Amino acid sequence: MPNSPLEVYFPVLVQAILGTVIAVGLVTVSWLLGKKLKNKTKDSPYECGVAPTGSAEERFSVKFYLVAMLFILFDIEAVFLYPWVVVYRELKLVAFLEMFIFVAFILSGFFYIWKKRVLDWSETAGSRE
Amino acid sequence: MNFFLLSLIKVGLVAAVLMTTLAYLQWVERKVIAHIQLRVGPSRVGPHGLLQPLADVIKLITKEDLIPAHVNKFFYLMAPILAVALALTSISVIPFGPQINVFGVETYMQLTDLNIGVLVLLAISGLSVYGIALAGWASNNKYALLGGLRASAQMISYELPLALAIASPLLLHNSLSLREIVNAQDGYYFGFLARWAIFQMPMPQIFAFILFMIGAFAETNRIPFDLPEAENELVAGFHTEYSSMKFAAFFMAEYANMITICALATILFLGGWHPPFPVELGSGYVPSAIFGMAAAIALFHGLNPARPKDRFTLPVFAIAFFGLAIAFAIPVLNSILLPLFWFASKTGFLLFLFIWVRGTLPRFRYDQLMRFAWAWLFPVSVVHLFATGLLVALYSN
Repeated sequence: MPNSPLEVYFPVLVQAILGTVIAVGLVTVSWLLGKKLKNKTKDSPYECGVAPTGSAEERFSVKFYLVAMLFILFDIEAVFLYPWVVVYRELKLVAFLEMFIFVAFILSGFFYIWKKRVLDWSETAGSRE
Repeated sequence: MNFFLLSLIKVGLVAAVLMTTLAYLQWVERKVIAHIQLRVGPSRVGPHGLLQPLADVIKLITKEDLIPAHVNKFFYLMAPILAVALALTSISVIPFGPQINVFGVETYMQLTDLNIGVLVLLAISGLSVYGIALAGWASNNKYALLGGLRASAQMISYELPLALAIASPLLLHNSLSLREIVNAQDGYYFGFLARWAIFQMPMPQIFAFILFMIGAFAETNRIPFDLPEAENELVAGFHTEYSSMKFAAFFMAEYANMITICALATILFLGGWHPPFPVELGSGYVPSAIFGMAAAIALFHGLNPARPKDRFTLPVFAIAFFGLAIAFAIPVLNSILLPLFWFASKTGFLLFLFIWVRGTLPRFRYDQLMRFAWAWLFPVSVVHLFATGLLVALYSN
């Protein structure tokens, strides 16, 4: 059985290299074998067959940024849970209470954003654009 | 045997099996959905359309490889490569079976047993957002941009309940190594009820399993959560501007992610390679019985053909199934084949569930999708996690 870190992580490295080689290989092969007949219409962005209007670098709803920020906030909580579950059977109720207090703080923040209607996507007024 | 040589052999084997499964999962999906909709599905290329995946690959490779002038070339090409490479990497920590002995070489049926296997899988699933977000942004197309944004928002929103649903069975197993998680689910209650996480005392994880599967559907962008490629509003979503093999790469990544996440569900909740009832009650004879029955059915329909070609194709299948039934009856092969059979059949059932749901359910609206993740799934999984924690703290030794 493998012991040293190199031996343990070696198969992951090999698999990652193999995955990359397969991915690059497939894209390259289709680039080599496929024919290339360019014209002006093919080079323009696809918009259901009509001439494209405006640029694609439009402004989009700020809600996408909000979701990303909320994810970072709450995902840190999830990351803290993983070391907690590993030692859980040794600490039991102590671990339970400590994590409960920590998550209660996080959830009060969750309640705040809920009341602020950040999670309400059908809302048209408020923080749009 | 040299450890590095052994690893290379195992990587080669796993990659070959994985690529074949990827190709045929597509065929199975088309067949199953066809039958759900009372169609026949692919049937022209080879017997029962079995050569269809090969034909598709040849077609996609020789298609025009268009790189439109308006895209950001570097990221446009990087996105599909990133998606496929990440999706194929995650298989390396999945355990398929116990420690085995082949020609005197002791080895795990797994590429490597990391003590942080669960975290590696979560990290890779987090990184796979990049493939889709980059594809949407680099395409410089309105539909692609919207699809990419939606996909990234959806994937990170559902990653949260998914991570919480994973944490809750881990309270019972107390390990992040996937092999130890499976070992913790060995044994039976009352001599017949498996100690899988979905049955395990003091808190059966059946609700965590349901939460996990909902998150899994959203993470892999499958119906009813396939908003990123909602074809009636966004053309094809983030891969609108992709053609030939670059287009197929996103589907390869989607199917590889499906396989990984179903394998993870099997390991966390369904006891990995442990049979549903003990060997003393005859679980060792189940595969032989199933394949023997399949052989008999194929033979019967081959002798009474519904279509002229069945006279030749179905007896061949019957012989293949019969060979499998014999292979499972040989005691020497049992220690390798039986765990593989149980692992593959559980994972296969979950994959079938993905396809079944696709053939049954309609798609969510976007605001429903986000509200469902944040206002329902997230609080429920927090509550479930703490209910499990309380019961484990009070009632386990």
